[in-house]
Amino acid sequence: MSATLVNTSIPGPHDIHRKVLSNGITLLVRSNFNSASVVISGILGAGSQFDPHEKLGLAHFTSVSLMRGTKNADFQTIFERLESAGASLGFGASVHNTSLGGRALVEDMPMLISSLADSLLNPTFPELYFDRLKQQLLTGLAIRAQDTSERASLAFDTLLFPNHPYGFPEDGYTETISAISRQDLVDFHAKHFGPDNMVVVVVGAVKPEDVFSLFEKEFGVWKNPGLATAKPFAAINPLQKTLREHISLSGKSQTDIVMGTLGPKRSAPEYLAASLGNNILGQFGMMGRIGDVVREKAGLAYYASTSVSSWIEGGSWEVAAGVNPANTDKAIQLIIQELEKFRSEPVLQSELDDSQANYIGRLPLSLESNSGVANSILNLERFNLGLDYFQRYPDLVREVTTDQILKAAQKYIDPERLVIASAGPGKGKKK
Amino acid sequence: MTDQIVSFNLNNGLKILLKEIHTSPIISHWVWYRVGSRYETVGKTGISHWVEHMQFKGTPTFPAGVLDRAISRDGGLWNAFTHLDWTTFFETMPADKIDLSLNLESDRMVNSVFDVEEVDSERTVIISEREGSENDPLFKLEEAMQLAAFKTHPYRNEVIGSLEDLRAITRDDLFQHYRSYYNPANAVVAMAGDFKTDEMFEKIRQRYESIPAQKVPLTGDLREPALQKEERIEVTGPGETTYIEMTWRAPAASEEDFFIFTVLDSLFTGPSGLNMFGGGGISNKTSRLYRALVEKELAVSVNGSLQATLDPYLYSLTITVRPDSSPEHVLQKLDDEIARLLDSPVTQAEIDRAVKQARAMFVYGSENITNQGFWLGYSEMFSHYSWFLEYVKNLEQVTADKLLAKAREYLSPQRRVLGIYRPEENPS
Repeated sequence: MSATLVNTSIPGPHDIHRKVLSNGITLLVRSNFNSASVVISGILGAGSQFDPHEKLGLAHFTSVSLMRGTKNADFQTIFERLESAGASLGFGASVHNTSLGGRALVEDMPMLISSLADSLLNPTFPELYFDRLKQQLLTGLAIRAQDTSERASLAFDTLLFPNHPYGFPEDGYTETISAISRQDLVDFHAKHFGPDNMVVVVVGAVKPEDVFSLFEKEFGVWKNPGLATAKPFAAINPLQKTLREHISLSGKSQTDIVMGTLGPKRSAPEYLAASLGNNILGQFGMMGRIGDVVREKAGLAYYASTSVSSWIEGGSWEVAAGVNPANTDKAIQLIIQELEKFRSEPVLQSELDDSQANYIGRLPLSLESNSGVANSILNLERFNLGLDYFQRYPDLVREVTTDQILKAAQKYIDPERLVIASAGPGKGKKK
Repeated sequence: MTDQIVSFNLNNGLKILLKEIHTSPIISHWVWYRVGSRYETVGKTGISHWVEHMQFKGTPTFPAGVLDRAISRDGGLWNAFTHLDWTTFFETMPADKIDLSLNLESDRMVNSVFDVEEVDSERTVIISEREGSENDPLFKLEEAMQLAAFKTHPYRNEVIGSLEDLRAITRDDLFQHYRSYYNPANAVVAMAGDFKTDEMFEKIRQRYESIPAQKVPLTGDLREPALQKEERIEVTGPGETTYIEMTWRAPAASEEDFFIFTVLDSLFTGPSGLNMFGGGGISNKTSRLYRALVEKELAVSVNGSLQATLDPYLYSLTITVRPDSSPEHVLQKLDDEIARLLDSPVTQAEIDRAVKQARAMFVYGSENITNQGFWLGYSEMFSHYSWFLEYVKNLEQVTADKLLAKAREYLSPQRRVLGIYRPEENPS
């Protein structure tokens, strides 16, 4: 391995080409001629934050309806073009954004971008497909209702972020999806879809200038002066006591547990310390300290791990485990003990050394595919990290100290104030 | 990027496949063993998967906890999988750290400890893994379908094993299974990434050559006769959603028929991806069955599954029934579509489309070094590494006539198992 290869294989200002079109669309392109394909990944500002309370799931419903028919093509024509070429394109929604993603052989990139533009600019939301899709979404919710892991996760979010967009499911509830009309989709699209805050990353066997001109051709005319602006989010309040909920699902063999607390937002100064601390707590090796205690030593669970999710306004710090129903309380107690230890004693320097080496060493692996690169570049833009972030990243990681991790742990984790949600057999409870 | 794959055999029977790829400073190293549920006997189901778990519990050189720390410290990605015909272990590492992976894999081919306490602790972990799967209605349905589709072949058993067997298997059973199947004569080392072939071969030779070959237990010919009449099964459980599965025996991956089936599956339910284990596919909204079932408001989704296996396995359809429809309506329409496939040849345009789709999947699947390492070894488990290289070319040989003949041969209603998962009445 040569040093040159390392430097040039990591995306950075030298090979990420960024351009803002006159209507506000930000494009980022990175060429990779090793594979004859192209990947796109992007976001627009239309997220579930705009969902009316009684119509939760509206952003998601709108996003998945975009390709059900346009002024230029019906549903079958849209997908015939894509699928015949072995290409894919899809939309989804999160709290802040509608996301888009697709891939194609490079020879089919013009078709892919044209399909993307047509779906975003000209959707017609045909009545027939509205009804059909609603049935599909409702069936998805019925399946979710039986999924122990999804139910525990949903209960966790609701308890951690009460009456906050982060606490509402992006795919809504049965009654809120049922309440959505076709006109709601039309209105949501008119108010919240526009070029102003759209970001698209293109990675593959293409030249940046070709991508820029293709987007200019397909999207140049797009304007939406009536685009609604986002309201400020409600404050996220820290937990005052431990909240415990168990959702009873009969006929299940395993209980899924999701427990934890608030975490840092992506722009918080302690983000990286929390992330590295989390790696020690429940990721590194075979799921870190918690994996070691719950799975390796106690043999209680097939999985027991932790994660920090950090968004624009806030974040969560979660432990997830799947256990035999009889072992639920025991596993929760073991996890609480580990959280207590994590916030009362600094991690060992050797543990931090391990996780720092892991973070730095795995960077090339996370960037080995076009889609991995595209998603990473999208995050650079989305969280204003700078195009040279990956070049600075090893130093940023090395600068984190055990003391910073302890402070981050103490700032967020309090074993006396946790959300503990579980779903599985046994009587439901909430306190 | 070079497309050249170099193959070596050591005297102890170990096969080594190397492919240089210099696009990124990483190497993916896979070790494949010909052992999985296909090699298991009555009362010992799940033993191959359990042995795979025990391979993470340490050797005298790399005690438990040291392995994962060492790999993770170097930024490596590692995991293992057990399936019907094989068990595989892989590490994708920064290229300059690959020695660790080589040391680890060659060591645990022979030196794993199988400590009694670790065996007991892992028993509950695996039972927990099984219980997690049981939470999924489709796992329950599929388990019942496999038992109905094979009467004697070990493919009838779930890879994870039955609860009864998981409770009964002992440390000595596990160790014996390990000693029988984990040896160079039963293994393939596959590697893709940023290395020089001659240097890498030497590194591998140094580590593996001294491991003695052993006799691998013979399984004999396990194949069983075709199903003679349709079997219907019903599974009930919690939920509100009804699922249908229909399954037929499929060709083995090494047969020409497998490629015909791949085209058939592509136009029937959409193309499968060529990322690891069929991932990385695309939507299937223009496939015949989506049009017939989802577009006609009978189902909310339809998927097909065709796996590359050593012996003939299964071609399966999974359909999620719309709540305002019924399994009977879905079945009627499904039978119409199967009849259409058996009555008249598909068009050349449909075949060309399936080939183009496969070409795209092939390009996507070749993008990632880990996936390239995967395919080198995976294809050896049921055929030869050239299977993957010639995949698209073989699909191009499929004709409408051949497809019609094979569809008639395999997809007869008398040779299928039909399964329905029906939600139980809600007790509340």
